[in-house]
Amino acid sequence: MKYSYYPGCTLRTKAKDLDDYARASARVLGFELEEVEDWQCCGGVYPLGTDEIATKLSSVRALNAAKEKNQELVTICSACHHVIKRVNDDMKNVEDICTRANNYMELDTPYKGETKVLHYLEVLRDRVGFDELKKKVVNPLKGKKIGAYYGCLLLRPGKLLEFDNPENPKIMEDFIRAIGAEPVIYPYRNECCGGYISLKEKDMAKSMCDKITESAEGFGADMLITACPLCMYNLNKSSAKKIPVYYFTELLAEALGVKEVQAS
Amino acid sequence: MSSNKKKQAELIEEISGVNPLKCMKCGKCSATCPSYNEMDIKPHQFVSYVINEDVESLVNSKSLWKCLSCFACVERCPRDVKPGKLIDAARQMVVRQRNNTYLSPDEIPELLDPELPQQLLVSAFRRYRR
Amino acid sequence: MQRIGVFVCHCGSNIAATVDVSKVAEMALMEPGVVHAEDYQYMCSEAGQAKIADAIHEKKLTGIVVCSCSPRMHEATFRKAAERAGLNPYMVEIANIREHCSWIHKDMEEATKKAVILMRAAVAKVNLNTPLQPGESRVTKRALIIGGGIAGIQTALDIADAGYEVDIVEKTPSIGGRMSQLDKTFPTLDCSACILTPKMVEASAHEKIKIYTYSEVENVSGFVGDFTVDIRKKARSVDMDKCTGCGVCQEKCPSKKAPSEFNRGLNNRSAIYTPFAQAIPNVPVIDREACIKFKTGKCGICSKVCQAGAIDYEQKDEIITEKYGAIVVATGFDTINLDKYDEYAYSQSKDVITSLELERVMNAAGPTHGHLERLSDGKAPKEMVFIQCVGSRCSDDRGKPYCSKICCMYTAKHAMLIRDKYPDVNVTVFYIDVRTPGKNFDEFYRRAVEQYGVNYIKGQVGKVIPQPNGKLLVQGSDLLDNRQILKEADMVVLATAIEPNPDVRKIATMLTASIDTNNFLTEAHAKLRPVESPTAGIFLSGVCQGPKDIPETVAQAGAAAVKAIGLLAKDKLMTNPCTAHSDELLCNGCSTCENVCPYGAITYEDKEVNDHGIREVRRLAVVNSALCQGCGACTVACPSGAMDLQGFSNRQIIAEVDAICR
Repeated sequence: MKYSYYPGCTLRTKAKDLDDYARASARVLGFELEEVEDWQCCGGVYPLGTDEIATKLSSVRALNAAKEKNQELVTICSACHHVIKRVNDDMKNVEDICTRANNYMELDTPYKGETKVLHYLEVLRDRVGFDELKKKVVNPLKGKKIGAYYGCLLLRPGKLLEFDNPENPKIMEDFIRAIGAEPVIYPYRNECCGGYISLKEKDMAKSMCDKITESAEGFGADMLITACPLCMYNLNKSSAKKIPVYYFTELLAEALGVKEVQAS
Repeated sequence: MSSNKKKQAELIEEISGVNPLKCMKCGKCSATCPSYNEMDIKPHQFVSYVINEDVESLVNSKSLWKCLSCFACVERCPRDVKPGKLIDAARQMVVRQRNNTYLSPDEIPELLDPELPQQLLVSAFRRYRR
Repeated sequence: MQRIGVFVCHCGSNIAATVDVSKVAEMALMEPGVVHAEDYQYMCSEAGQAKIADAIHEKKLTGIVVCSCSPRMHEATFRKAAERAGLNPYMVEIANIREHCSWIHKDMEEATKKAVILMRAAVAKVNLNTPLQPGESRVTKRALIIGGGIAGIQTALDIADAGYEVDIVEKTPSIGGRMSQLDKTFPTLDCSACILTPKMVEASAHEKIKIYTYSEVENVSGFVGDFTVDIRKKARSVDMDKCTGCGVCQEKCPSKKAPSEFNRGLNNRSAIYTPFAQAIPNVPVIDREACIKFKTGKCGICSKVCQAGAIDYEQKDEIITEKYGAIVVATGFDTINLDKYDEYAYSQSKDVITSLELERVMNAAGPTHGHLERLSDGKAPKEMVFIQCVGSRCSDDRGKPYCSKICCMYTAKHAMLIRDKYPDVNVTVFYIDVRTPGKNFDEFYRRAVEQYGVNYIKGQVGKVIPQPNGKLLVQGSDLLDNRQILKEADMVVLATAIEPNPDVRKIATMLTASIDTNNFLTEAHAKLRPVESPTAGIFLSGVCQGPKDIPETVAQAGAAAVKAIGLLAKDKLMTNPCTAHSDELLCNGCSTCENVCPYGAITYEDKEVNDHGIREVRRLAVVNSALCQGCGACTVACPSGAMDLQGFSNRQIIAEVDAICR
């Protein structure tokens, strides 16, 4: 199975691990991530204004590239996923945005939201299947108590992201079970890490992340996993934090026995 | 003067796509907001500022720069008002019209550290300036 | 040629301020067949009706057009007036120049033009009207009540006391409904069981009332006065005549893991069970899904211990067919599913409960024997938080757009009872608005604040955060103090929105009774006919029609009973003569009309016809005019134009359209 793949800026730079482990694991799981040619940065935040068009075009280009290959578009970074998924929804359901974006794009066939956007975790759940994943695990992470950190962008607004129940998600917990570890459910897993606020309001982000890590530790987590480089960065700045944070793909690669191969 | 105020309020409604009259003033947005304590105008108050056509106070509010766009208020609002979108629209009005941004390139170097992901800079630039 | 009189009503200024009424009357005189026209201030008044009668006599009128309000309002009034003056009532037509014209337009010239057109259409129709005679149908003097809660019980008692037979069909093993689950009732704090049980006993002992519990309505046919209903009596697996209600079977039953419906799943019951101690009838049922005998074939302990020999594993469902003149729906409510409100941690924490669950916790027969304790660890709470409007007043797609109406009062009740019995427990209520209209209601709420020190905070809760130490952190707004509150609580109670019993959709379909977008049954008129369904012979009792508390439910139950009695007291009913009929020579036997008829009034028969000298047997549509409600669906569906509606014939409708387009 081949998917179009949108890595995004950070997975090419500061979060190379997140990307490398994802690709290595994909090979074991029998699917391929074909990087969208000449992809451009999604902008990191979804432009909320109803009159924003230009800021959405990079996402539309990636979406259209996948459409032309007749492939589903896979993302990993929570921010990229959020932006691209929502822009796709605009193209499908908001006539004004769709028309104006297509006016800029000058495509042979207008893009109207045809591409299906999948987060890597959704590929694991809906295409590979967690039961199948479990069968491929050679190195189960037995005894590890892992807290899933979802943050905001994967879940909200629930109606548009359609990722999971935004107030009580389970996809990452199911993933944790599939790689042989034990999920720890804690109430701050869907609360914000501070996001971009951490550039200028470092203390605000810190206090938010303190609540998250304290809650996860309080419920007995040995570690946290995340899909987002910015969440990772913010959580690591938490002064209260005593447990490590990993990208979910790193633990996936470890469970599938391809972590060392990758590192070499 | 008053017609200008009205226009500003209408612009906020247009950019945000939000109908502030749907609000029933339950306060769930403010109950849910992780930045609440940092905000001078609280999320639930944004609605009345728009209804009262006091956009001036909104665009001068500290709250614009404290909202995380975490969408918790959008998700949990029982009236589908989406206060976070109102805040963003006010922020847009500032960065679009006054060329008055919250982030200048000069201050970037001292904000950087070796782990800082590109995504953070990109996002902050999108939210804070044109 | 008809001799038509046109009467234009001013309706005070309702019509006359926007429509030039004298102009309409003047224009009417130019219409074919019109021999008399006049306008008057209030046509519906006695003086107005007298004008119509006088004109009928003096001008020898054969048809009448009244230009006035909606026919829903006064068609019957004017028809009766005409009838008293010796005219067939179906020779009267209404041109609605109020709701359809004056109320919705501002420009007098334009509105007058439209009123004239509406008048013309009505005149054109009357020119083709023919006198119609209503038929008669019989009335079965027995009522059916669907639902055995307080609403159904009260309606049944009132109808039975008037001397008519009543059957109650209740889905669960006992009558009693939601009220039997409540601990105390507002605003007087009497024990719910103490006031309900006597009513249950009275209903069960009443010689005119028959109760079918563990039964469901399966099929309804017929029409007002003459319904035929199939009732499925589900196999109880216990012989009701033999059982003495000793309860030994329930004690000895080894399967005790089925969640108790009565206690909202907070504890378990045996597979053979009566839902609660005061159940009526006091005869258990076997839950076949939970019963070991039914699952594995082994066990049979209940049968062995039953001295009366009442256990019958072979019992089968039984269908009873019964005739009724009137049907009362009293299907009640349930609380909404909280899956979409996980921010309140209902599914994550046992100490977050709904208000109905709290009723069971506070009740001596409940899972904690009436002790207020946390369901997670049995500890006594010190801090309790109540959250109002959970799922009510929501215009998103998670909750209900309406106010559930009862929550403000029962929360004040809970808060007060807790502060009274456990003075060391602090109670905080997060509310959006406190709504307490009703006799002694606001006084009740104020007592909770002033006498019992319940802490009311105006603001909704955003999230309930379970803590590692087992407590619950409640993050809410205090809008009056303009601050965000973090309050640590031991228990959180959610005032969960109520919704109509999910079965009501199925039942409404069987009864062809309409329901609104929230699945509440629609009343015939929101103000003037609040306990009747628009479908004749169907009456509404209790929350199935809209949220209401016990006093309101009981009042409405009585009102529904009176309406049903009014129907049952009649020996015969006049039937609507405006029914469909099929032209045998045009019918092509296609079944389209049969498929669209919502009342099952059309059947097909093989009949011999004489088509221009050719005799042959054809498959033809036949309308049962007793069942036909005159909706006209068949007439528009019929591809060959064979179906026609008396009083609204195709010719009449076309004449109206022609007059409008002239």
